[in-house]
Amino acid sequence: MAKMTLEELRNLRESKKKEMVQRDGDEKSAQIIIGMGTCGIAAGAKEAFDAFLDELNSHEIKDTRITQTGCMGLCFSEPTVEVAVPGMPRVIYGNVTDKVARRIVREHIIEKALVSDHIFDKPAADIIK
Amino acid sequence: MAYKNYILVCAGTACESSKGIALYKELEKELAAQGVDAEAQLVKTGCFGFCEQGPIVKILPDESFYVKVGPEHAKEIVSEHIVKGRKVEALLYDKEQQDQKADEIDFYQKQQRIVLRNCGVINPEYIDEYIARDGYAALEKVLFEMTPDKVIEELKDSGLRGRGGAGFPTGLKWSFTKNTDSEQKYIVCNADEGDPGAYMDRSTAEGDPHSILEAMAIAGHTVGANQGYIYIRAEYPLAIERLNNAIDQAREYGLLGDNILGTDFSFDIELRLGAGAFVCGEETALLASIEGKRGMPIPRPPFPAVKGLWGKPTVTNNVETYANIPMIILKGSAWFSSIGTASTKGTKVFALTGKINNSGLIEVPMGTTLREIIYDIGGGISGGKKFKAAQTGGPSGGVLTEEFLDTPIDYESLQSIGSMMGSGGMIVMDEDDCMIDVTKFYLEFSVDESCGKCAPCRIGSRTCYNILDKFSKGQGTMEDIDSLKELAQAMRKASLCGLGQCTPNPIMSTLNYFEDEYMAHIKDKCCPAGKCKDLLAYTVVEDKCIGCTACARVCPVNCISGEVKGVHLIDQDQCIKCGQCFDKCKFDAILKG
Repeated sequence: MAKMTLEELRNLRESKKKEMVQRDGDEKSAQIIIGMGTCGIAAGAKEAFDAFLDELNSHEIKDTRITQTGCMGLCFSEPTVEVAVPGMPRVIYGNVTDKVARRIVREHIIEKALVSDHIFDKPAADIIK
Repeated sequence: MAYKNYILVCAGTACESSKGIALYKELEKELAAQGVDAEAQLVKTGCFGFCEQGPIVKILPDESFYVKVGPEHAKEIVSEHIVKGRKVEALLYDKEQQDQKADEIDFYQKQQRIVLRNCGVINPEYIDEYIARDGYAALEKVLFEMTPDKVIEELKDSGLRGRGGAGFPTGLKWSFTKNTDSEQKYIVCNADEGDPGAYMDRSTAEGDPHSILEAMAIAGHTVGANQGYIYIRAEYPLAIERLNNAIDQAREYGLLGDNILGTDFSFDIELRLGAGAFVCGEETALLASIEGKRGMPIPRPPFPAVKGLWGKPTVTNNVETYANIPMIILKGSAWFSSIGTASTKGTKVFALTGKINNSGLIEVPMGTTLREIIYDIGGGISGGKKFKAAQTGGPSGGVLTEEFLDTPIDYESLQSIGSMMGSGGMIVMDEDDCMIDVTKFYLEFSVDESCGKCAPCRIGSRTCYNILDKFSKGQGTMEDIDSLKELAQAMRKASLCGLGQCTPNPIMSTLNYFEDEYMAHIKDKCCPAGKCKDLLAYTVVEDKCIGCTACARVCPVNCISGEVKGVHLIDQDQCIKCGQCFDKCKFDAILKG
């Protein structure tokens, strides 16, 4: 994109905001967000990423997006992953190893049930509305 | 098909010991008995903190937060909440939650994330996601709706103080640079995070790089600078990669570079990599390093705000300070100053490490107590051991002991008890940590990191270290304590910069609060925590040893001998005092001391 004017920046912000809201309410696509700060990567976030990708492919799931984010602060339970499936509460999973990542795909994404023993709490409420 | 409700039962170790498992089984039974096991899924979770209130049950999607739930409550939770959809009021952490909507809930969480608002939320490599969360809206406001004077006034009113550790009012600092006449001015971001155990700035730069860029551009417009530098250590490769990526994206969008958003304001940012010297976190040394010179401090005044980088007026702030600024501009000074204590506004990010169950990066309002941080957020001391002290301020700070668990944390309160806020490292120690050993570690760090320019720091820190080393070997005398005190005073008064002035702080702090431990090392030649190896011996208690050979098998240097079913013996000359035999013995037949 070329350099923006004030108006273009405002329009971009509005359209991206809508996109994010739509994404939350979209009935089709689920989202897997992996914490990829130095701490997450050191604890094996890249292995988890590969496992998610592999497991989704092997079940031929095409409508689930995998994205990355920074550190959520839950260093004791890295790698951490947030999973948002339409019609289910968003949850944070901790200690997501290769095995756990595959369980999340099978149990949470496909069977629509939460994965026991790995759920952690979001550290704080969001200040941005 | 998805369930209607999810019952989360905290099964962290602390809650397990307080009947979490029994509760889980009871809930499982009740769900089946009342015929709703297809409507609600029962799930075990990791620790939620709040262990003193455990076991904890959280029900999704309405986010009900039940505390101190016993197996006897299972029936009611299922029949009321799951079957009838009514909250069990008596068990709610916050009774008012009854009337709250799910999206308004922040009732039980002690954390408040302003600096870390986007960390773990957005993809740090896409500028669009930052923009969608009100990113660059503060810069917009500053460029089109506010005068530079108004920005400074807003910062002053907000009460924001430098988060690098010293706590200087940010608005005041900016006004010095703004009011100094000069053709050229600079904005510098100090991302040279050096305290052992601290990684707040790294995480912020990795998780939300644009918040730093936006705040620096705001600073540039306010004081009249067109160039910014981020000084970051080369050992943070991911943070560097993400910052560079963010700078490229911001330039492409015209949010950095010439004529930002079509105005006549131009501002650009470059990275400068440091080699990791601790002293380069000191602002004059940092500026020297950016100039390509050896990183050594020079006496202030003149302060960099007036005469800084290449002799020009320079605003130098820390990463965390900058990350606060867009929110202050957007939400206003009144909002920001409503958070915190009388003297210190806003929040503080701590890197919580050491002997704590839930180590991690936390952000709490100023005025939060150590007890809340350690027990409510941190989940308590690992292994159920006893809290001894928390270290803040790194090599320049001191310890906070049990008596200060309920002191609200801010710059002044920490200083008054002999520690300091520092940049935000917080290391929790338990009964197994020896204060001499800990202090020696910090002194060793300071000896390594002294730049060598002034004698009080270079020679003083080495001499202090040597004395502490004597203590840990049981060779100390009472005269050594006096020497330490004298050295500390000389170093505080005569060192050129903060590094040398603060090096004695860990000594004075531990000497003040743990004098008995020093005395034990000097007079009794023993280390109460069992850390100082030279003062420690492991011996076999003859009448307790049954000759199971467990200790001999675990010994890494094979210095334990003895027949099967016969009393064993530890060869003191060979023993490396690793303590593995002590941990392994099931019969208390190994004595430590």
